[in-house]
Amino acid sequence: MHVTRRLILGASGSLALPGILHAQGTAPIRIGEINSYTTNPAFTLPYRNAMQLAVERVNAKGGVLGRQLELITRDDAGRPQDAVRLAGEMVNDQKVDVLAGAYLSNVGLALGEYAAQNKRLYIGGEPLTDAMVWERGNRYTFRLRPSTYMQAAILAEEAAKLPAKRWVTVAPNYEFGQSGVKWFKQLLTAKRPDVQFVGEQWPALGRVDAGATVQALEQMKPDGIFNVLFGPDLTNFVRQGNTRGLFEKRSVASLLTGEPEYLDPLGDEAPEGWIVTGYPGEAIDTPAHKAYAAAYRTKFNAKPMCGSLVGYALINSIAAGVAKAGSTDIEKMVEGFRGARFDTPVGNAEYRAIDHQGTLGVFVGKTALQRNAGVMTEWRYIDGKDLLPGDDFVRGLRPASAS
Amino acid sequence: MSVLVVQGLSKSFGGVQAVGDVSFAVAPGEMLALIGPNGAGKTTCFNMVGGQLRPDAGSVMLDGKPITGLGPRAIARHGVGRTFQITATFGSMTVRENVQMALLSHRQQIWQFWRPVAGRYVDEADALLARVGLEAQANRATGVLAYGDLKRLELAIALGNEPRLLLMDEPTAGMAPAERVGLMKLTRRLATERGVAVLFTEHDMDVVFDVSDRILVLNRGVLIAEGNGAAIRANPAVREIYLGTGATSGGH
Amino acid sequence: MDSIIPQLLTGLAGASSLFLVASGLTIIFGVTRIVNFSHGSLMMLGAYIGWSILTRLPRDPEWFVLGIIATVLATALIGVLLEMVVLRRVYRAPELFQLLATFGVVLILQDVTLWIWGPVELPLPRSRWLRGFVEIAGNRFPFYDLILIFVGPVVLGLLWLVMNRTRWGTLVRAATLDREMVAALGVDQRLLFTSVFALGAGLAGLGGVLSLPNSSANLHIDLSVITDAFVVVVVGGLGSLPGAFVASLLIGILQAFGIVLVPKITLVLVFLVMAVVLVFRPNGLMGRPQAEAREATVAAPVVRAAPRELRILGGIALLLAVAAPFFVGDYYLTVLTDACVAIVFAASLHFMMGPGGMASFGHAAWFGIGAYGAGLLAQWLGAPMPIGLLAAPISAGIVAALFGWFVVRLSGVYLSMLTLAFAQIVWAISFQWVEVTGGDNGLLGLWPPEWARDPSVYYWMALILSVAVALLLRRALYAPYGYALRAARDSVTRAQSIGLDVARLRMVALIIAGAACGLSGALFAYAKGGVFPTYISIPHSVEALLMVLLGGLQTMTGPIIGALVYTGLADILMRSTDLWRLVLGTVIVLLVVAFPEGIAGAARRLWLRGREA
Repeated sequence: MHVTRRLILGASGSLALPGILHAQGTAPIRIGEINSYTTNPAFTLPYRNAMQLAVERVNAKGGVLGRQLELITRDDAGRPQDAVRLAGEMVNDQKVDVLAGAYLSNVGLALGEYAAQNKRLYIGGEPLTDAMVWERGNRYTFRLRPSTYMQAAILAEEAAKLPAKRWVTVAPNYEFGQSGVKWFKQLLTAKRPDVQFVGEQWPALGRVDAGATVQALEQMKPDGIFNVLFGPDLTNFVRQGNTRGLFEKRSVASLLTGEPEYLDPLGDEAPEGWIVTGYPGEAIDTPAHKAYAAAYRTKFNAKPMCGSLVGYALINSIAAGVAKAGSTDIEKMVEGFRGARFDTPVGNAEYRAIDHQGTLGVFVGKTALQRNAGVMTEWRYIDGKDLLPGDDFVRGLRPASAS
Repeated sequence: MSVLVVQGLSKSFGGVQAVGDVSFAVAPGEMLALIGPNGAGKTTCFNMVGGQLRPDAGSVMLDGKPITGLGPRAIARHGVGRTFQITATFGSMTVRENVQMALLSHRQQIWQFWRPVAGRYVDEADALLARVGLEAQANRATGVLAYGDLKRLELAIALGNEPRLLLMDEPTAGMAPAERVGLMKLTRRLATERGVAVLFTEHDMDVVFDVSDRILVLNRGVLIAEGNGAAIRANPAVREIYLGTGATSGGH
Repeated sequence: MDSIIPQLLTGLAGASSLFLVASGLTIIFGVTRIVNFSHGSLMMLGAYIGWSILTRLPRDPEWFVLGIIATVLATALIGVLLEMVVLRRVYRAPELFQLLATFGVVLILQDVTLWIWGPVELPLPRSRWLRGFVEIAGNRFPFYDLILIFVGPVVLGLLWLVMNRTRWGTLVRAATLDREMVAALGVDQRLLFTSVFALGAGLAGLGGVLSLPNSSANLHIDLSVITDAFVVVVVGGLGSLPGAFVASLLIGILQAFGIVLVPKITLVLVFLVMAVVLVFRPNGLMGRPQAEAREATVAAPVVRAAPRELRILGGIALLLAVAAPFFVGDYYLTVLTDACVAIVFAASLHFMMGPGGMASFGHAAWFGIGAYGAGLLAQWLGAPMPIGLLAAPISAGIVAALFGWFVVRLSGVYLSMLTLAFAQIVWAISFQWVEVTGGDNGLLGLWPPEWARDPSVYYWMALILSVAVALLLRRALYAPYGYALRAARDSVTRAQSIGLDVARLRMVALIIAGAACGLSGALFAYAKGGVFPTYISIPHSVEALLMVLLGGLQTMTGPIIGALVYTGLADILMRSTDLWRLVLGTVIVLLVVAFPEGIAGAARRLWLRGREA
């Protein structure tokens, strides 16, 4: 597996604009992208693939502002400190116009801090933490994906429709898990004052003792379970839960479990009937998504994952933002990105001017087994703008300096 | 007045008495040998005086002050120097630095973080090294010294503490016979010159009879005889348990 | 109360899994004295290999057993390869270098595994019998977990038979007690070591493949398992199989009930158990005191002041460093700033580890405490950077003084492991206590004030501080205190007999090292704009070890060279290839094999050739 680090797609630029190749202002628009390629490859590799696909497509259509896009990627090794150092390299050495990337929330926040401090534009793709655009939001940071709040909000809405009254929560013990639980509790209690939270489990991230955790949850005799575990933790949890009958006759609402990155590994043990957020993948039959999925399959001989969608939409959003700004001047780009609308394979979205949050939506549905594999059924897509709290609430959270 | 006075010293390990009610005293400049067959309690006795073991009963007085049950460091501070059966020196230092450390420690100058060690008490260190015949080796690494030289170095380090009492555990173990006599004669001279009391254990009887002023004989933890060389040689009890079978029990 | 029995059984199953991994580690350590960081990687390989084999076999129990046996043999073979290709070449190197080599192997295996099996986690599809359960006290209990409960004792029994009823086992036990004695008996030590490694690796593989029905083969197994295994081995007593078993039971059961009672502190709980055990039993529950190192035989080379040529070279390097902002770009200035931080980080570890003889596996704890100290002050009181930079060493020093009480009583690997445990506790607090530390999101917005915001200015400040700290540490090492510290390392008995207070000397060394390291943490935090739990992670602690050992333990030059080489190497590799872990791991292994006394040590040897009397 030889992976070329510097994917200089600008080299094919002669196809697009042969005539003015050497004219001034035709240097490629460089996107410096930093992500956890070695520590979270399951998500980030399909993500990078889709970014490359999107860059090719944008360039094939003539690029942005008559300039080609060029993508440079770096591995942050899962450490914010490395991400910040590499951001410096991207800006000072590689002279990129836009910083992008991050999978982990702390990397996203660190890059956001770097952007604010150095007055650079940073577009976060995947990080979920609310702080990125709210408490720690700043003028130079935008975030594409629906946040922890948005994901928890839709699950709380669905959970409120259920008869379940006694709820328990299980979440990895770190910021993402704690925020997810906090929002779910808050939003569900607001809708259903009769709901009770009777217990919680906080396994350490990546080290769940699934048997003991399941046993402890079982002991609480809940009607409903809210889960934030993902990855190998989720696999362990589901297996123990299945065998020990934890999920039988109980409602389960589960954050992110519908993403193929997490659902596929469960194989024929994927739970049925869980209410999840996620990504139905090739089951989405809109023409835009079909075309995208087909192109992705052709190029990489693999099915598009949730990460692919994020990577693809990220590049599109950057292209749209720069186009709207009409320049790669940083301050102009900030203004341009605010309210910039962009296409994604799942629908239109925009970067909200109020908090720089992207309105890429959330798929919510139920898990089911089809041909011995987990899928999302009865899913629907909720536009991100419908999942965000009121403007006053957002203004209250966001620092004044972020305007 | 005696430098060291030991009274009624006892120690048991798991119910087995290793040393029982041992009393003796050492005068300044005197060399007192502690002998006995294997398992007689010599090392236990020694370690109780040196602070490595805490006695069950009895007292140890140094210059009239009780040092019973103190740790090895405190006992060293009270003016007891030591050499070990297996030499213990500072391997990452030169010969001179080893002695300098003893001098610095004795003068309470260890907790200094600024002035380098190099150049401090060099003359005194060299004088001590000269005293034990190591002056030519002062700059060498300790690790490359011959075994006999290491023993001498230990002696020099111990003297750096200006001890009133010198404890020497098997000082000549592992040395060639000719060297043994040399080292102990040197010790004898130093003891006399400086008025240092020396308590030592030794398995080489020639050495013992040659240099010691007095000899204590331990057997099964109990003192069975005390006296000068001639008296010990003549003591039937000693002959019985020790010298009588001496051909085989001398070694360790 | 009908939950007690199922929870107890769950704890027992967990204990069995723990024991399987820990048993291999403890056997390998007992005989070869190698702290095998790659043991978790072997378990990970066991899981992946097991997955590859079992998914190709019919899904009946008898084939399952056969697949397990095949997996165990395969991982044992990998262990043999590892021993013969890498470790055999470093047995004569100081103990910690072997650890370094095994960490190189960890890095290599991470990329190799990714390359062979891909990034997606691979759960073994469970056949029907693996999903079965039995009803116990009204609760369903997985049939497979019942099997696991028995596997632990069965493996212990088999190992006991091997150890006590075969000549090979007798040799292994003898070697565990006294390695030199066995060598003196004329036993072929190479064969013994290789076979012990094969057994240990096979046990790791067994642990890996047996974990499959409950979890999956994934790329995070290695590091998550290795800390657990270390804890079990240390709590049980290094080299003691029954000890490892008892410790597994203790931790497995505590874990199972801890989850019910205090769900949020499970991570800390494990390490607290270890700390408590080590306080009361410094050699673990069933460990023996390590045979006193034969002091005379392991004489370290004499430390002498640097030769004039080296001073001149250092002076030139310093001049170049001062002038750097005039001829390198902003990015390289940040790398140089990182290098300055790394120098203090490594030099402070060297201080306690080289002259102090206390090898810390958790040095990043002080780095993190310093950084969080500065960060929290800034967050709560709005303290400006100079105050933060002052508070960092003070806070790290104070914590070091408290922690030192536990540490200075221990020695050798136990001491190292307690530092590791301590760092993990600090990490867990920073990662999980979101209300105070911000959790993994960290403390943000920690930027230098206006006057130091220019990269050149900040770099100069970092350079001045790092050079000052390095010189101060060096000064202390050549002063009576430093000599006394080294004396206590060389020979505790001799040190005490000249009146040195060994415990206090070491305590102060820990405080000085902690404080200096704390400063480097704050310096780093202000350069990166924030404090994150990753500052305290195990890999970061290992980086400190890497720098010190790569450079060389003997003199102050070592950690400085190590810090520069490592920072440069890591930066270049991370920017030029996705396979940087593979390359870095290989470089580490090669360096360890080529320069067992570190780069500075090797240079010194070449320099001194013919000069030393």
